[in-house]
Amino acid sequence: MTLTENNPAGTVKVTTLDAKGLKCPMPIVKTAQAIKTVGSGDLLEVLTTDPGAVADFAAWSRATGNTLVEQTLVEGVYRFVLRRK
Amino acid sequence: MTAPVAEPETIISPETELERDLLRGLLEEAPDDEPQTEAETPVRQLVIINWSGEFDRVMPTLIMANAAAAMGYQTKVFTTFWGLLPFVKDQKRIVGENWMQKMLAFMQRPGISHLKTSKMNFFGMGPWMMGVLSRKYNVASPKELLEAAEALGVEFMPCQMTMDMFGLKREDMIDGLGAPVGAATVLELMTQPNTASLFI
Repeated sequence: MTLTENNPAGTVKVTTLDAKGLKCPMPIVKTAQAIKTVGSGDLLEVLTTDPGAVADFAAWSRATGNTLVEQTLVEGVYRFVLRRK
Repeated sequence: MTAPVAEPETIISPETELERDLLRGLLEEAPDDEPQTEAETPVRQLVIINWSGEFDRVMPTLIMANAAAAMGYQTKVFTTFWGLLPFVKDQKRIVGENWMQKMLAFMQRPGISHLKTSKMNFFGMGPWMMGVLSRKYNVASPKELLEAAEALGVEFMPCQMTMDMFGLKREDMIDGLGAPVGAATVLELMTQPNTASLFI
């Protein structure tokens, strides 16, 4: 798993936010709320079905300084992995 | 007197009060080489003037406000004129002190759940269809967006003049509404650095 490869000890926590079905701006609104619940350096995995989220999550991570570590699309579900700064 | 040879320290010797002040200013502004490690990213701000109480204008106001607050912008929404009515409590039916203010509230029902559309209202049929479509496509309702915006710390500032003109009292308005302000307050916010301003 690529998410924890920099932390072989496995100390990085991964929290998942299911934002599937939500339309703009709710995926990033929920993400902004959820990122506060994870610790610095930990990961937040967001699942969404909103194609607009691809551009929005890139912009959100640039604006907030939280790193977009990984981004995939599997069967219509976008998955963004964000590392809290 | 022969031509004096200026010594280095006498080149900027201040003679007048003005020169002394200028020199002091220059010295105080002299750049120090301390590294600036934090606060590199300036605080960004979004200021929206929400002037309309119509569904198709309140929605973009709330969507932009939510998105900006989610991105860490300090977000302020100045609500004025018809734009103030969505921020009356939903359960209030008639607001105002005199018959004309009450009549206005009767014609334009206040509250975030009672927005009309600017086009194709057709006695409520437009908003009803809008509501059906929003639910079908899982678009957040104005009420949900307002609650999300409040939770993210968006500041809603009512216009004092409109409050007076519509006869609105503090207890008529939603709890999250800030103190009433005037145009100068908004202009000052809008002209701050790193600030985007929208009139919707």
